[in-house]
Amino acid sequence: MLAAVNWGQAIADAIALGALYGLVAVGIGLVFGVLRLVNFAYGELITAGAYVLAYTYGWPRPISILLCVGAVVALALAQELVAFRPLRRGGATPATMLVATFAVSFLLQAIYLLAFGSRGQIVGTLGRLNSAFTVDGVDIRWILLVTVVTGLVLLGATAAVLERTSVGLHIRAAATDFRTSRLLGVRANRVIMLSFVISGVLAAAVSVLYTVSNPLVQPTMGVPITIFALVGVVVGGMDRLWSAALGGFAVGLVYGLFSDVMSSTSSVYLPAVVYGLVIVVLLLRPAGLFGAWRSAQVERV
Amino acid sequence: MSEPEAALELEGLEVAYRGVPAVRGIDLTVGRGEIVGLVGPNGAGKSSTLHAIMGAAPSPRGDVRLYGRSLRGLSPERVARLGVALVPEGRHIYSSLTVEENLRLGYAARRSHDGLDEDVAWVHALFPVVHEFESRKAGALSGGQQQQLAIARALVAKPDVLLLDEPSLGLAPTIVERLFETLGEIRDRGVSILLVEQRAQLTIAFADRTHVIANGALKLTLGPQDAGDTARLTAAYLS
Repeated sequence: MLAAVNWGQAIADAIALGALYGLVAVGIGLVFGVLRLVNFAYGELITAGAYVLAYTYGWPRPISILLCVGAVVALALAQELVAFRPLRRGGATPATMLVATFAVSFLLQAIYLLAFGSRGQIVGTLGRLNSAFTVDGVDIRWILLVTVVTGLVLLGATAAVLERTSVGLHIRAAATDFRTSRLLGVRANRVIMLSFVISGVLAAAVSVLYTVSNPLVQPTMGVPITIFALVGVVVGGMDRLWSAALGGFAVGLVYGLFSDVMSSTSSVYLPAVVYGLVIVVLLLRPAGLFGAWRSAQVERV
Repeated sequence: MSEPEAALELEGLEVAYRGVPAVRGIDLTVGRGEIVGLVGPNGAGKSSTLHAIMGAAPSPRGDVRLYGRSLRGLSPERVARLGVALVPEGRHIYSSLTVEENLRLGYAARRSHDGLDEDVAWVHALFPVVHEFESRKAGALSGGQQQQLAIARALVAKPDVLLLDEPSLGLAPTIVERLFETLGEIRDRGVSILLVEQRAQLTIAFADRTHVIANGALKLTLGPQDAGDTARLTAAYLS
């Protein structure tokens, strides 16, 4: 009987984690789609947002959250303008670009360490959402509902921009064939900037939601988030918004479930279990869990 | 008879990839409302010339002018927005997007949306399949239909100059004939055309003037009256 309650609880907590990783996966996948660039410095955007929340604690919440969004979007654009674009202009190879994102990631972590110290800051912006109501013996924290609803709304909004607007059409075209879209007059830099803006907004949302359950902000907090979301993007399939989101969600869900179900002594094996599952998935479906069905319709000469 | 006003002028245009020359100084003029052909063997530098006009190929020397304005050093999207549209070899249709979305991508290079409805109506009349199948995925179209879509997409950009890179590639002869007729109708709307082709004789017979390119240089210029002169053409190809 105890086990039954635990499962319900584990699933509830895991869904919240899955929704968060789904958002991160879309943020990473969007920029990857346009630039074919995996931005390892994405997690540092989330960290930056969390620091803004920590340092504006006590300010009116809407202002604190708006500042968080503004700062994260500004940092996302700065990554593009200061680091990635000059390298692209210089003709950097994809491998160089990938290494550059690592460099940006470490640089930002070092800056956070120097500026804010290693001890960590506490975010309390939306701490009240940790309160729970009980349904059928399962504690549902408000943050679970807020996370799932926010996640769906943001994904829906991103999809609407991509599907319904002309700049969204340009992003999709650039993601498919960057060179041809430029020949058609699609402004490459505007498309790239917009994808960084959207991915920045998603990162800021993750900052706000993630810190409710994990209020301690440290310079390296973004690293595991990036890596797990990346795993999700790869598992789901890189090339589609929804496959990336579902992949992120799946990894978050699995991670959340195992961390609740495994005893605390065996939880050190958790990453090994998750990565083991990823290897199995990629061996069976190299295009990703949700990407494989497309292979039939891709090639047509 | 006065010379027609030059829509597109290439002057000493060179293209080199990592120091390896592909085009070695081409002079070529397309007058307003003219159709100029560019034919030559594989690897002669035809596509490189078109991409250099668009600012999409490395060009160490030479100039490209659109109605007297130099395009040198401009990005492809800027050149497109100034009024040069390229229909690339192999069509480069977005197969996962719908036909209508592919067509709308052509609007990206328009300077204004004035007259858009008429232009779309005109393109629909030229290429009825683009209208008929507008909600289908472009990847589901046949090769000939995709070629029509690629040209339609270029036309809704309302270009002054249309560059076509081997539009007849992979198409049945009857469809090619129809395609060339359509190019005539497009020219009659005031669009100047630079037509790169593999089908040399057909192009020579059709275009106002056709240049033969080999090894990155122009070897010969032929008019429609020379369409039967295979000896000179063969000599130029082999030079």
